[in-house]
This record gives sequence, C-alpha cells and structure tokens, in this order.
Amino acid sequence: MMKRKMVNFKVNGELHEVLVESNALLVNVLREELGLTGTKYSCGTGQCGSCTVLVDGKPALSCLMLAVAADGADIVTIEGMAKPDGSLEPVQEAFLDHSAIQCGFCTPGMVIMGRDLLNKNSNPSESEIQEHIKGTLCRCTGYTSIVRAIKSCGK
Amino acid sequence: MNEVDYIIPRNLEEVFRAVEKKKRKIKFIAGCTNVIPYMREEAISPELLIDLSSLENLDYIREENGIIAIGALTTISKLTASEIIRNQSPIIFSAASLLGNPLTRNRATIGGNLADASPAADMVPPLLALEAFVHTKRSEGEGREIFLDKFFLGPNKTVLAEDEIITHITFSKPKDSARGIYIKLGLRNSMAISVVSIALMIEMEGKVCQKARVALGAVSPTPIRVYRLEKNLEGKEIDQKSIQECSVILKEEISPISDIRASAEYRKLATSVLFKRAIQKVLNGEKT
Repeated sequence: MMKRKMVNFKVNGELHEVLVESNALLVNVLREELGLTGTKYSCGTGQCGSCTVLVDGKPALSCLMLAVAADGADIVTIEGMAKPDGSLEPVQEAFLDHSAIQCGFCTPGMVIMGRDLLNKNSNPSESEIQEHIKGTLCRCTGYTSIVRAIKSCGK
Repeated sequence: MNEVDYIIPRNLEEVFRAVEKKKRKIKFIAGCTNVIPYMREEAISPELLIDLSSLENLDYIREENGIIAIGALTTISKLTASEIIRNQSPIIFSAASLLGNPLTRNRATIGGNLADASPAADMVPPLLALEAFVHTKRSEGEGREIFLDKFFLGPNKTVLAEDEIITHITFSKPKDSARGIYIKLGLRNSMAISVVSIALMIEMEGKVCQKARVALGAVSPTPIRVYRLEKNLEGKEIDQKSIQECSVILKEEISPISDIRASAEYRKLATSVLFKRAIQKVLNGEKT
C-alpha cells in the first residue's frame, strides 16, 4: 500500500492541505489536485522549464520536486503572477505587446523567469536575458520576441 | 515512479536513527534534480528517501584562516551569488555557472553533485584542482575527512558508507597570484552533460610555472587529477614544446568511452584541444 502523507503549503497566497502519495510530483499535485493547470508538464526530466513555479521566492522545476518535499513551502504558480485585482503583471503585458506568445506552453515558465531576472537586475541586457531563460525551451517563437518583451520591462 | 517512503529529519540524530531502524534501501536526497529522473527511469529503486534539506548548519559559504568551507546543502545558485566564491575561487564560480540551468541550480546542491559522482560532475574538476577535502558524518563511529581525489571509486560510486553523509567541503584559498579556468564542452549551451571538462590552476613566477593543477571530467570512470601533466608543467617555462608534450601525456592518461554524446576518439581529440585552449586563456589572463 503506497504511503500517503498530508502536506501543507501555501499556493498563490492560500493555504492548502493535501493528502499525497510519497512519490507524487509537485507538478502533478498542483495541476490535478489543485486544478492549477497554468503550470505545464512537458518533458518530465527538468529540461524544458514548462513546469516552473516559485518555491519560497525562487524559480524551481516542479517536475523535479516531490510534493512531500514542498511541505511548508510558499509556492507561486503562473496563476499567482497577476496582480490581486486580476490585472496582468508587467512582464505578462509585455508578452502581449511583443507577440511573445504562440502556443503558450512555455509562457508561464518564461514569465516567471523574466520576473525573477528583473527582480535581481532592473535593466538586463539581451545576453543576460538569454542566459536567464536558458532552462526554458520554446519551440514556436525562436525566442527573439520573448527576449524583446522581457527587455522592454527594464528600466 | 515506484513506491517509496519519505522522511525529512530535523537533525542528524533523527537521520541516523532512521538509517539504523528502517533497514531498508535508503537514499539521501536534497535538491533531487538527478534523483527524481533516476527513479522515474528506474535506474535506482530506493525504498526510503531521507531528505537532508532540513538539517541545520549545512548551508553556508565561509572563509576562515585561509580555508574556504562550503556546506553540503549549499545550492549551486548560492555558489554563483557568493562574493567569496566569485572572488576567491573563480573556477568554482565558472563551474557553478555552467552546471545545469538557472532552474536546476536553485535546487541542486554541491553535496549532491559530489555524492551523485557522475564522471561528468561539473563541480568536481575545479574542486580537484583546488585539492579539496570532503567532510562526512556517519552513524557508526567518527566522520571522515577524505581527500577529494580519493573520494570517487567509479561512475556514480563513492567511498561513502551507507550511513554516511557529506557535511561540508573545504579547500585552501588559492594565492592571489594563482590563475585558473574551467572549460566545459557540451552538446548544447545549457543543461548539458559534459562531453569533456577541464579545470586548470597555475601559479607563475615570471615565465616559470611554479605550480600546476589539472583536473578533467567526463574522460575517465571518475573525474581525475592528471599528476603526470602537472609535473610536466612545473618548474619550467610553458612553451609550445611543453604544451605538445602535455597533449601526448593527456592521451595516455585518460580513458574515455564512446557513448551517446561522443566517441572516445572525439573525446581524446577534444581533451587536447581544451587543454591547449585552457593554457592559452590562462596565460592571457582570461577567466572564461
């Protein structure tokens, strides 16, 4: 019988208590138990970045985290990146302005990494942006519009 | 992923009590960036995961009396953000910046990189070149202080006992006159398992090389120091002749395999190229 554990974590500001199997991945618990499907499951090996979420303020691959290991964590998914009144955060707006979204699968990860970079470096260069999104793959855009969008948020 | 049990002890006593009591196939985990892929492809099948992430006093970067100490739970991101690492051990900074990608670096730990013991582990060649020591604790008896070059036994195999965990890594701060470089050859510019990697540290006095330390990754069953090469560089000027001799020594000292990333032949060639490139860059004062 698979061991199940109760985990408590905050997701987008709300406390959740979920009963999970020990081998459950955080990405699947977020998507299937909590219905937060903005975070994507793609490669399952931590190479594409589509499962990116913030864990205690730092971007992390939720497909490489056990849900049980997230007990006590403060998690923010792409759903939590928009402002409390529902308006989009600046990076999201920039993505719309610069047509940096095609299929949208990489977008949550890209937005989270864009915001993470801007928090550390308020005016990143093109190469700094490219460096920071190295772990987030896009098959549609060729990255230029994404880099442009993030760059436009610099001050 | 197979069934597995999971605990997250709060201190070392709880860790060792779990090891003794449970008598199951255990695996110590922290960042999990390799462990989860291994478990999902069933390369490993532990029965109990013991998460070390909550242990205190294992996450630090300190310099004291000329010794730099890094706690085993220090993430690779923390290494790249550290002034001590950037300024006092730039080859560690380089390797940390090239490991994985910005996302895995937020979770992967230096202890994990060593304990996983991939022949291509990025943190190992620079630590070998810095002549680092691995410090451990175990439930039975005293912990150990293991010279890193004696730590690896083979691919993904170390001298660690089943109940032994890495607590921290230490090395002497290099002299101000020391220069070094870490070069990684991979098939893509991120999230790449090294095809060949080299860490080089030299101390020059004028035109004469006083001290040389050379370590290679991904070209032997474990990352290696190349002592013969170092001896061929020390005590003389570094010129085309000595570099050529070194290329020959390199081919004899490494034992690369052919795998999905590269052939043994290519690795042999690439090692020579990387070495020449590393020496040139270091002599020119370049750091990357």
